[in-house]
Amino acid sequence: MAAHLKKRVYEEFTKVVQQQQEEIATKKLRLTKPSKSAALHIDLCKATSPADALQYLLQFARKPVEAESVEGVVRILLEHYYKENDPSVRLKIASLLGLLSKTAGFSPDCIMDDAINILQNEKSHQVLAQLLDTLLAIGTKLPENQAIQMRLVDVACKHLTDTSHGVRNKCLQLLGNLGSLEKSVTKDGEGLAVRDVQKIIGDYFSDQDPRVRTAAIKAMLQLHERGLKLHQTIYNQACKLLSDDYEQVRSAAVQLIWVVSQLYPESIVPIPSSNEEIRLVDDAFGKICHMVSDGSWVVRVQAAKLLGSMEQVSSHFLEQTLDKKLMSDLRRKRTAHERAKELYSSGEFSSGRKWGDDAPKEEIDTGAVNLIESGACGAFVHGLEDEMYEVRIAAVEALCMLAQSSPSFAEKCLDFLVDMFNDEIEEVRLQSIHTMRKISNNITLREDQLDTVLAVLEDSSRDIREALHELLCCTNVSTKEGIHLALVELLKNLTKYPTDRDSIWKCLKFLGSRHPTLVLPLVPELLSTHPFFDTAEPDMDDPAYIAVLVLIFNAAKTCPTMPALFSDHTFRHYAYLRDSLSHLVPALRLPGRKLVSSAVSANITPHEDPSHQFLQQSLERVYSLQHLDPQGTQELLELTIRDLQRLGELQSELAGVADFSATYLRCQLLLIKALQEKLWNVAAPLYLKQSDLASAAAKQIMEETYKMEFMYSGVENKQVVIIHHMRLQAKALQLIVTARTTRGVDPLFGMCEKFLQEVDFFQRCFIADLPHLQDSFVDKLLDLMPRLMTSKPVEVVKIVQTMLRQSTFLHLPLPEQIHKASATIIEPAGESDNPLRFTSGLVVALDVDATLEHVQDPQSTVKVQVLYPDGQAQMIHPKPADFRNPGPGRHRLITQVYLSHTAWTEPCQVEVRLLLAYNSNSRIPKSPWIEGGEVSSQVETSIEGTIPFSKSVKVYIMPKPARR
Amino acid sequence: MPEIRVTPLGAGQDVGRSCILVSIGGKNVMLDCGMHMGFNDDRRFPDFSYITRNGRLTDFLDCVIISHFHLDHCGALPYFSEMVGYDGPIYMTHPTQAICPILLEDYRKIAVDKKGEANFFTSQMIKDCMKKVVAVHLHQTVQVDDELEIKAYYAGHVLGAAMFQIKVGSESVVYTGDYNMTPDRHLGAAWIDKCRPNLLITESTYATTIRDSKRCRERDFLKKVHEAVERGGKVLIPVFALGRAQELCILLETFWERMNLKAPIYFSTGLTEKANHYYKLFITWTNQKIRKTFVQRNMFEFKHIKAFDRAFADNPGPMVIMPGYCVQGTVGHKILSGQRKLEMEGRQVLEVKMQVEYMSFSAHADAKGIMQLVGQAEPESVLLVHGEAKKMEFLKQKIEQEFRVSCYMPANGETVTLPTSPSIPVGISLGLLKREMAQGLLPDAKKPRLLHGTLIMKDSNFRLVSSEQALKELGLAEHQLRFTCRVHLHDPRKEQETAMRVYSHLKSVLKEHCVQHLPDGSVTVESILIQAAAHSEDPGTKVLLVSWTYQDEELGSHLTSLLKKGLPQAAS
Repeated sequence: MAAHLKKRVYEEFTKVVQQQQEEIATKKLRLTKPSKSAALHIDLCKATSPADALQYLLQFARKPVEAESVEGVVRILLEHYYKENDPSVRLKIASLLGLLSKTAGFSPDCIMDDAINILQNEKSHQVLAQLLDTLLAIGTKLPENQAIQMRLVDVACKHLTDTSHGVRNKCLQLLGNLGSLEKSVTKDGEGLAVRDVQKIIGDYFSDQDPRVRTAAIKAMLQLHERGLKLHQTIYNQACKLLSDDYEQVRSAAVQLIWVVSQLYPESIVPIPSSNEEIRLVDDAFGKICHMVSDGSWVVRVQAAKLLGSMEQVSSHFLEQTLDKKLMSDLRRKRTAHERAKELYSSGEFSSGRKWGDDAPKEEIDTGAVNLIESGACGAFVHGLEDEMYEVRIAAVEALCMLAQSSPSFAEKCLDFLVDMFNDEIEEVRLQSIHTMRKISNNITLREDQLDTVLAVLEDSSRDIREALHELLCCTNVSTKEGIHLALVELLKNLTKYPTDRDSIWKCLKFLGSRHPTLVLPLVPELLSTHPFFDTAEPDMDDPAYIAVLVLIFNAAKTCPTMPALFSDHTFRHYAYLRDSLSHLVPALRLPGRKLVSSAVSANITPHEDPSHQFLQQSLERVYSLQHLDPQGTQELLELTIRDLQRLGELQSELAGVADFSATYLRCQLLLIKALQEKLWNVAAPLYLKQSDLASAAAKQIMEETYKMEFMYSGVENKQVVIIHHMRLQAKALQLIVTARTTRGVDPLFGMCEKFLQEVDFFQRCFIADLPHLQDSFVDKLLDLMPRLMTSKPVEVVKIVQTMLRQSTFLHLPLPEQIHKASATIIEPAGESDNPLRFTSGLVVALDVDATLEHVQDPQSTVKVQVLYPDGQAQMIHPKPADFRNPGPGRHRLITQVYLSHTAWTEPCQVEVRLLLAYNSNSRIPKSPWIEGGEVSSQVETSIEGTIPFSKSVKVYIMPKPARR
Repeated sequence: MPEIRVTPLGAGQDVGRSCILVSIGGKNVMLDCGMHMGFNDDRRFPDFSYITRNGRLTDFLDCVIISHFHLDHCGALPYFSEMVGYDGPIYMTHPTQAICPILLEDYRKIAVDKKGEANFFTSQMIKDCMKKVVAVHLHQTVQVDDELEIKAYYAGHVLGAAMFQIKVGSESVVYTGDYNMTPDRHLGAAWIDKCRPNLLITESTYATTIRDSKRCRERDFLKKVHEAVERGGKVLIPVFALGRAQELCILLETFWERMNLKAPIYFSTGLTEKANHYYKLFITWTNQKIRKTFVQRNMFEFKHIKAFDRAFADNPGPMVIMPGYCVQGTVGHKILSGQRKLEMEGRQVLEVKMQVEYMSFSAHADAKGIMQLVGQAEPESVLLVHGEAKKMEFLKQKIEQEFRVSCYMPANGETVTLPTSPSIPVGISLGLLKREMAQGLLPDAKKPRLLHGTLIMKDSNFRLVSSEQALKELGLAEHQLRFTCRVHLHDPRKEQETAMRVYSHLKSVLKEHCVQHLPDGSVTVESILIQAAAHSEDPGTKVLLVSWTYQDEELGSHLTSLLKKGLPQAAS
């Protein structure tokens, strides 16, 4: 069998080669290509004036040139170059040479000599610069050729003394890209001295033209990027450039200093005007910090960004960045942060304010005050207060990176981050909240800080509030008052913005489970229980009460003494919530009750897990039956499908696998049922109507296979094969059903052709997997392929039908990690009885808010569909910016959908749901010989479609007729 | 010796009545023309008789520059231009020009209507005065006359506040006015390029203060207001300076918007309301946030803030009110100064039950900010005004210590004279430059190069040309100046041999010059001629006659000193 298979595979190979030979026909076009250069030649000769020639060249440049004809074109261009007197034409030719030398598959070393040659005779600076650019293109195309590189570097050095800045710029660029540092290169016989590229470039740090200075620094950075180690000596040169008059020079210099500081962090540099010495990275840090108060905001952004990545800096330098010595009339003053801290440590909070608590204290020695700090003093204080929000964001980001690497710094920068929560620009606020979340494992919030953080909960921006909820999820709070405060503020938030319900509940869940001991003393107060009296039972539907319960139940999970404090109704409410909000309420060990859910301890690996075993076993059972009676098979399948679905509901981690398998089994079940139809036994014309069932089954199987392929993340190639195989079976079913129900051969002919193409395509796509598909439908089909190709449609149908009946049920290997994509529409909630009224013909914006789980690339796949009562459907593509990514595998879609319709007589409901768009091309593995996107030119296999993957929500709307 | 002279008529070691006279390159400029809040007599205006006792001020001043619209910078303007008499141009920015008359009118009303002063400027005078104003844009170079030019830079502080660069030739002075280096809610930070002026005249209100981050201040303020409003209380925020009222309005407005608060906010009618119209118009002068938001809406079109009416005073519920400045003697002033009991008319005693809090929202640069600006502009010297003497002392010392530039702090009427060495531009002919360039390598910034040429001064215009061209232009014949020098050499041999020896010696020493031995026995080095002759008295001594032209002076003197050292003892 295997040998046979192999043979067949080879057959197929040869076939495909034949196809490629067909493509050779397109090469005829290439034969005409040399005429392109000839045409250019003629054009250029025709050109009477330079302007004409320029026009021809411009036209020529618009079309691509093939690798084979590049050389000819280059020759012609060069020929014209020598003859041309007009510099603008020469410039264009030079630039064309550069473009042409970049052509893939063309080796430009042959034109290098010419380029260098014309370079020597050129007078125009602009053309010179362009020629050097061309040389750069040639040089980068040939990175291995040492000799050429040496030569180009030589040429560049020669032209470095040119008076035009453009030429010097290009020379430096060339040196940066091609110059090598390796001294070991043997000197050529011609006496090419090995040049110290760094020294040469370094000399141009003091060029008179700022553009050249910038180019020199950039060239140096380029050397670094290419992996050459820069000398430490350039550090001092770069430091001088920090006080350059031009911002682009300073900006580049800051980068260079950063690079050097990363290369030599530990070397020692002297501090000028004193005989102390410090580490280079500290010195560089101080210098970059100083640039945070530069005059140009571009430099400030650059400096603030780079600060974040200097992790080796000493901690006392780091902490200086947050320190700004305050004084008032020459007396030392404490910052508001220090005062707040002191108030906190003295145990005094909002208990009335003291007058003049910010009065300056001790006198300062006037000599000791240093107004221009040499070091890092207050860099972040300045950066965070900057005028431009770009700088502020960069500073916040840098703060985040530094705080992640240093816990002590994290503690110190907290005050400043908290202050940023009140920034005037929302982006900055959001960024600082995210930053805080990232460093939250390093910090504990003080009560006064928590107070400020919580104040932001009233912000009207949803993003800010949700980011803050996320932050609170992973924050450490130090006292029980803090927890209480947080709860109170969150409840306030809940009443002010009821739509935040889910986010707040989730936040309280984490808050509770993180601080069980702090919640414990609060329980009586929170549940308002009284030692002697029974209190009224709170309303179970109150979101605020649920919020409190979520907090308490999650805390109780790790605090066994807590349930003792619950009153009776609390237990009842627990049982209710555990069932209705199982994702928020954990399983508790309650006295006198058995555990609701099986507590699976975490150390059991999935394979030992009984539920996983159950899944495996039930699937095994199905696959093992091959030749059971149809009735029994159907029953078993139905039973297993039911089992799997229930399993998925119970075990959330197995839901993906269970669903996936159940879908597959359902397909099989449908197929079996369809084949059991009486239709097949009766003469065709009599059972036209019954055929509906079979064709519906085929259609449904198709749909289910698309779902399987595109709705699950983590589907591997081996599953894709099985899915496609199932789809092929569905297509076969469709074919035979149509064959039986339609009269005439003509439509059948086309269908057969198409089906065979599909089979062919399947085989080519999954050639590697074919051995796994032994005894399957497709395997048998391929055996008979040569026969099928030649036989008539009626015969084909007959063969296919028997095949389909004989084929066995393929085993679906279970993927490791599989998740079903799902979506929940949070808003519109669909509960409102008040219709959304708007004037017909105009639009109304409907806010849609949905969470998406396990959707890959939602920006391109997720669509919103609106179904109007008249059957009209509208598909909306949300903007990429409408998707937020709050965590791995999760997405949030917040968008606006515009509705419009003609006038209605009474309000009616429209349905809103989310769709997952797919394109069948995207998953198919590329076979080695179908490259370059030729797949699409095959049979129209790229089927695009959509799968609804969320429950639809009804929205009540009422377009009113326009008033006259 | 060219010099810059600066005389403060006001604001010298003092705050208020800013008025500084600057003489630069023969031009006289008056910077600001303010009044003093502390005085009600003649001292409230600068003493313009200092400029001239008799005669029009116009003859003595080339221009007047007003930095911003605060009265201590522009309050004396109508008095100065209309009552003393000045018809020259007055420069200010567009927002200043718009808002300044409102403040002047308000000032006039208080002085005349409330205090009943006579001999004060009238409304008409304010109008006439404003007609003399020339408005300038930011970074626009305005040519006052052929030599004097001024340029405005952004200064923060209030809407339209500007720093001015005054330039004559290559000499320049920068006057900052009042400025703020930290951006606030409606204005950006002051910025200046590295213009390297000869003198920077800077304010120094907060010379000895380093302020805390503005975020703490804002947070505290908003928290206090928010708490009071949540409790159902009313908040009164007395704001003195015009720009600050808008700052607080923006601050509260954005906070209200962010927090979705509903309590009404009122500001006093009159000045703030009028000025706010202009704030709406000059969005380009505000900060990044307001400029960006302008695409959607004008942030000065307040949603929550309305003008106050007395009828609202007893409205129940929370509200925030921003009255204007509390003048001395009013109830407001008494409460602010901390009185807990108020005596009302009719011997009624009221207890003050309200809480009083102080918050500083100053828009002046602090010591660090001043240093930062000095660092940005890189001046040759600094002059401090608009501050207290004691505080200036400290800052002066710091500036001298850290920037190593001289720093002055003159009192009112005291003149500071600053010698300058202005650079004089000289045009060089391209031919000469190219010829000189061709001789050597590229010009190197580190090495000075010697260049021969002729400097022609014609109608205060300098040109450097080659001597031939100069001769041609002036129609002069060329004279040749030759130096000759005799060098005695002890050499018993013949003249020819001596010449030969000299030749070989010079040939070996002066490798880069062309040394030739001519057939007539003389030696030439470039164009220098050396002839050897026997000494008339002592045959053992030969006399070398060295002759060179003036142009070859350098080589000639080198040659003679070389020959004077004698020839090396040849292996005869």
